[in-house]
Formats: sequence, C-alpha cells, structure tokens
Amino acid sequence: MKKIFFYIVICLGFISCSVDPEIKPEILEDEIKEIIPEGWPTPKYNFSNNPLTKEKFTLGRYLFYDPIMSANNTISCGSCHQQFVAFANAGHDVSHGINGLLGNRNAPAIQNVNWLPTFMHDGGILNLEVMPLAPITNPVEMNESMANVVNKIAVSAKYKQLFTEAYGDDAVSSQRIFKALATFMGTMYSNNSKYDLVKNGKESFTSQEQSGYNLFVQKCASCHKEPLFSDFDFKNNGLSVIVAYGDSGRAHITSNPSDRHKYKTPSLRNIELTGPYMHDGRFTTLDQCLNHYSSGIVSSPTLDPQLIGGISLSSQDKSNLIAFLKTLTDPKFLTESRFSEIK
Amino acid sequence: MKNGILFLLASLALLSCKKDVIVPPEPLPPLNYIDTTGFLEIHVDNVVNGAPLSLGTTTYVSSFTDTFSVDILKYYISNVQLVSANGYTYTEADSYYLVNEANPNSLHLMIKKVPPGQYTSIRFLIGVDSAKNVSGAQDGALDPINNMFWDWNTGYIMAKMEGHSPQSTQPTKKIVYHIGGFADKFKGIRYVSLNFPNTANTAKTHTPILNLEADLYKWFLNPNFSDFNTSSVITGISYESSGMADNYANMFSVTSVIN
Repeated sequence: MKKIFFYIVICLGFISCSVDPEIKPEILEDEIKEIIPEGWPTPKYNFSNNPLTKEKFTLGRYLFYDPIMSANNTISCGSCHQQFVAFANAGHDVSHGINGLLGNRNAPAIQNVNWLPTFMHDGGILNLEVMPLAPITNPVEMNESMANVVNKIAVSAKYKQLFTEAYGDDAVSSQRIFKALATFMGTMYSNNSKYDLVKNGKESFTSQEQSGYNLFVQKCASCHKEPLFSDFDFKNNGLSVIVAYGDSGRAHITSNPSDRHKYKTPSLRNIELTGPYMHDGRFTTLDQCLNHYSSGIVSSPTLDPQLIGGISLSSQDKSNLIAFLKTLTDPKFLTESRFSEIK
Repeated sequence: MKNGILFLLASLALLSCKKDVIVPPEPLPPLNYIDTTGFLEIHVDNVVNGAPLSLGTTTYVSSFTDTFSVDILKYYISNVQLVSANGYTYTEADSYYLVNEANPNSLHLMIKKVPPGQYTSIRFLIGVDSAKNVSGAQDGALDPINNMFWDWNTGYIMAKMEGHSPQSTQPTKKIVYHIGGFADKFKGIRYVSLNFPNTANTAKTHTPILNLEADLYKWFLNPNFSDFNTSSVITGISYESSGMADNYANMFSVTSVIN
C-alpha cells in the first residue's frame, strides 16, 4: 500500500512537469533559442535589447503574414518572401506591390539575417528592427504609414490578445511591432544544408560536388565568403545597366560616384531556389549567372577589379560549381512549420 | 530501503519541477535617501525675424526678400546638459525631445531630475545622436510614426521645414528641407551652447522656466543657403544640407529665465 502511494507521488511529480502551462505544443521553447553555429562569426543582432520569447515570435509570425501592413490590406511581408524559396520571391524578377505596382529590385531571401551588417541591396538600412519600415512605406510596395499600421492593429481583437501575451499588455506601438518581427525573422536560421553536414563531418560531398567546392574556394569565395557566403561588401559585378530602373545602387546611399552600380554581395545559401538572380532579378537560372561571370562581364569605371576579364570557367567547371551550389539547399529551413503562415 | 529510494525519487521528481528562476529584488534606495531633484521647464518659441510663427498661410520675408509660408517645422532637441555656476554639469538621461510647431505640448520641455542648483548655461544637440540612429526600433519622441525617420537610409531627420514660396521651382511652389545624417562629414546634428541672462535656480519645489527662442529667419541666411529659387528642396545628406545645419545651429537664443 505504501509502495503504491509512493508510485503515485512519483507519477504526480512527473505529470506536474508535463502540464507546465508555459509550453504550448506548436512551438517548443528550444526551437526559438539563439543559435550561433560552430565556426560562424559573432552575429550583429543578438537580441540583447529584444529578449527572445515564443510569444513575441508568434506575434511576429502573425504580423509577417498579415496584409494589414499594406495600405489597402492586400500585401503582407510573406507575399514577396515565401518560405519554400528561403523567403525570396519565386518567379519574380521584381516584386509586385499594391495595385500591381512594380519596384526596381529583386526581393532578397530572408535567412541568417542576424549576421547582416546592413540591409537592402544598397545597404541603406542598418538595423534588423527597422528594416520592415522600408517595404511598409515604399509607395510601390505596401505604401502604408507606420502610424496607420499601428492604428489598424490596435483595434484588432486578435492582436490585443497576441500583444498581451507577448508584452504583458495590449498597447500597440511601432517598437513592439518591429521587435516582434525581428524575433520572427531573426530566428530564421539556415544552417542545415548538406554543405553544413559535410563541414560537421556527418556527410561527404560527391566527387563532382567536391570538385565544384574546390573551384568555388579558388574562384568565388573571396566575395562569397564562407560560412555565410557573403563578405557583405558592395561590388559592381559587371552587369549591364538597365537605365530605365534609374538605380545607382550603393551610390544612392553614399552619394559617392565611386559606389555607382555597386550592390551588396548576396549569400548563396539556398541559391538553388532563390532565383531570379541578381539585384534586379535578370537571370532565371544558375547557368545564366555563371555564364555572366565567365563571358558576360561589362566593363565600367566601378567594376570590381577581380572581375576584369571575367572568371575563366569551362562548361565542366560550371556543372561542377552548380553541383556544389545545390549542396547549400537547406530542406529543414524551407519546410520548418514554425515559419509557415498560420491559417 | 526500497521505500527510501522511492521517497528519494519522488522528492527528485518534485524538485525538478521547481522553477530555478531567481528574481532579484528591486534595488531600493538607501533608507536615508531623499530625492532633492526637480525640474527645469523650457518654453520653445519659434519665430521668424522676431514675428511669432504661425503655420499655414501667414507669409514671411527671408533675408533674400523671398516671400515664404511655413507648413511644417519639426526638429529634435536631445542630450540636454545644464551647467551650474560652480562648474557642475548635469546631463539628463534619456533626453530626447521632438519640437513640433503643430503640437503645442511639444513646445514645453520638462528637463527631469535636475539636482538643486544655480544654472548659468544650457548645452544640447539639435538632432539625435549617432547611437540612437542605429540601435533599432525606438519609442516616444524617436518613434518612426513621427515621420522623422528615413525608411530607405537609416537615420533620423534632425530638422524638417516645409512650406511654400512663390520663388520655388517646384510645380506646387513647395519648399522642402529634410536635414539628416549622423555620422557622415555632412551630418545634420549640431551642438548648441547658450548662456542664460540670469541664473536658473532649481529646487525640488521650484521649477524655473527657460524661454528658448528659435528664429527661422536664421535658418535661411547667407552664405550657407542661397534662396528659395536656387534651393527649393534639400533632402538627404549633402554639402547643402550640412550648410543648412550650420545655419540652424545659430537660430537659438535664451530670451529670459523666470525663477
């Protein structure tokens, strides 16, 4: 009898742990921890002023997919940043804003954004938290004022609950919106590609992938620096200028003529899926990208010196490189349910 | 024996549920601590060449004899410091104010936690310091909903003036000046240091009033500004915007201190 009593006590002890009300089944605590994979540099954004919580993550997740962010409630962040292509915009050279308006740049992937020292192709934005302000207010994107976004969200019963869960009360402010979005986007880690598994000794490259990787290290990695596959610097990579876009690139920010037509080196993680490629989405295939570097470089005063004369690549080299680039695809990241739209 | 082990297990199971979060108590001030600090109130008076500023259709004449009216006048005053007669400098913490002519409340700045003393001068920044420009989403005076934060090129608009002038080259005859930049050689932030005509005597129970005048006439003076025809619009960070910042750095004066 006594024994049975003790067993019951033990069982009760365990049960009381399993029904901890703080853990909801859909998002487990350990899934939204900050991650710094081995060998990666120190992140630029580290949540020190925005402590990670699953409630803030959930709020950010709702906001990311809510067209309430746009002037006519038709476009959300997720409209142009789709998870199945690493939060780039599948099939769009430039994205469609409200009323079908077109911009002049390609929507970049959202992944490992904590390591970015600057945002946008021209690097004009300097902190993850204020990045969403640009697409929200851009007349050819969401064309909404932040004041209106705050007002619309403040009258929503759904958000009253989500803000209370995230912040303890239902006061809506731009700061709270931005910090929730930074929580959602800042935990979009892509570090589970085959490349990562090879680096961790858990898998190995095929001989073609290995040849491609060797070529990559020799001919591409000075700008597309491992492990994030970018040096985050601004370069003119020899694309012909599409005058109609009127886009001076980095010079738009610095007003420095020597920065004309320079754009930030993009990461190559998930590159198999993040096309169309280049800052204006002019290439649809990786073949076109490699052909550009081998035989399409247009000379100009600000062309990156490493690209003068192009990069010599045989057709076998290109196939090998593409085989390697496909090892940067991260199926876990592309399908993780916590990043999907909540229906 | 067996029961003993079970008992131990049960205890462990229960222990494992205990939250190991230790909440430190709020630090309390020492028992004999008495807050003796008070306030200093600043009344901002925006004028044009001595005439009170009124937004809308009222017209003013610039030093170039251009006619102009004012629709928007907003600027940041931040990092306020008060210097006392004995050389002590009080630096206000979290010191950010957005002066907006359209919002009468914003023309009264309450400088907080001022230690009792006899203050003889004030020092402040027109604009927002570089740290707050790059530290992520802010609130209060620094909230982007105040339309003083650039969305495409991170940084605060330190000072903004919009209006109309028949001399403007814009189709709508608008004149637009959005002056920003926090790090560049052409940055728009400027330190201002002003002496008081008489001391401001602060105490816990006494709040002196500082009348601070900002004369828009001086914003548009030679040699840093041409005229409303040559420079109808200046937005961004440039040689021109920096010249304008040099001008507005000189537009303030303390007209009186009332104890």
